Amino acid sequence: MEKELRVSKIAEGTVIDHIDAGRALNVLKILGLSGSEGLTIAVVMNVPSKKLGKKDIVKVEGVELREDQVSKIALIAPSATINIVKNYEVVEKVKVNVPHVIEGLLKCVNPNCITSLPREPVKTKFKVLRVRPLNLICEYCGVELNQEDVITQLTGAKA
Amino acid sequence: MFLNRDVISIIDFNPQELERLFDEADLMLRALEEGKHLKALEGYVMATAFFEPSTRTKMSFQTAMIRLGGSYIDLPPEEASSRAKGENLADTVRMLDSYADVIVIRHRVEGAARFAAEVATHPVINGGDGTRDHPTQAMIDLYTVRRLHGMINGLVYGVIGDLRYGRAARSFILGLSLFKPKKIYLISPPQLSCKREVIDFLNAKGVKYEEVYSLSEVVSELDVLYVTRIQRERFPDPLEFEKVKGSYKVSFDSLKNSKEKLSVLHPLPRVDELAYDLDNTAHARYFEQAKLGVPVRMALLKLVLKG
Repeated sequence: MEKELRVSKIAEGTVIDHIDAGRALNVLKILGLSGSEGLTIAVVMNVPSKKLGKKDIVKVEGVELREDQVSKIALIAPSATINIVKNYEVVEKVKVNVPHVIEGLLKCVNPNCITSLPREPVKTKFKVLRVRPLNLICEYCGVELNQEDVITQLTGAKA
Repeated sequence: MFLNRDVISIIDFNPQELERLFDEADLMLRALEEGKHLKALEGYVMATAFFEPSTRTKMSFQTAMIRLGGSYIDLPPEEASSRAKGENLADTVRMLDSYADVIVIRHRVEGAARFAAEVATHPVINGGDGTRDHPTQAMIDLYTVRRLHGMINGLVYGVIGDLRYGRAARSFILGLSLFKPKKIYLISPPQLSCKREVIDFLNAKGVKYEEVYSLSEVVSELDVLYVTRIQRERFPDPLEFEKVKGSYKVSFDSLKNSKEKLSVLHPLPRVDELAYDLDNTAHARYFEQAKLGVPVRMALLKLVLKG
């Protein structure tokens, strides 16, 4: 019989599936989890996937995602599905969505952009030119962000 | 088509709208030549808010407003206004918006005009933002070509100079790509070549273009040569400026193989990239171009304020 890695079910919490292979740790960073919180966390990386070839999965016991966290996960794992688990059953399944315009979530890297001026009441606004690989353009100054820029901004880590 | 519209980038317009503007500019030009006193914008107030130096843009907007019977208010220099006390752009724009029917703004920061347009309820016209857009300059440049050559489509253009940091050159290239030029030669030292987003736009529009380093390779093909200065003030690194300054100069001699009807345009001011020995030749059209700033801005103000 073929050996299989099994990760046990969680009672209450969130399962984020179909994460781009290799980005599970970035997802944990977005959730602000380091492991020292004492929560049960399962991270599965680089397992076969029909959709993606390879994928990562993150299971977190006792955590529900905030809307801004879902938006951020969409930017680094655009195919991700978020399963909300209650009493060992998936009660809700949501596919993340990359919107056409991303407001207020990212910073423009151009220091001469109006959104970089600290005293102006202006939110950043990026138009999504392409989802895979991610390519965004600042609606104010035209400077583009790529996937690496976005991962660095959202997680503080190099892509 | 134009009523109450913000004018932020030349690419927000289509060729039909620009031709409509140019037809209106023809009428304004004729009225000016006939010495008519126009009253189309009587009772209207324009605010000019120039956070960067300007001669032609600001004064031609102000002249245009006066020539149409309207009036203008002008934001004082920083040291004489509340900005010296730390007022931000949003608050300054809100104030101007409450005084005037239209705001013309120039700012060193990219996206400032777009942001001002979001804050203001009245139309905002971009008089130049950082290295990005200068839509009314592009309107004047395209109109000048239409007057000189009878058309914008089908001509061979050369744009020489600082294609990277110059907003006039950038806006002219983007403006041309809305039409159907036969070909655009982008002539610059490699450090001053077009930004990728401009090249992407040319590709998306299917415009035929070629990036070259020297004018002499292509001068004989050109119908229009657009010259711009190196934007010293926008160089991130002064050492980079030192490397490229004086790297090109258009003179009488450099045009010796050109077509007889080649028009040389320049948004001005010039430094040393355009030799004075061209001024008295038939190629020199830049003073005429500068003069057309008034009728084009009259046409734009009239269309934006009254349709």
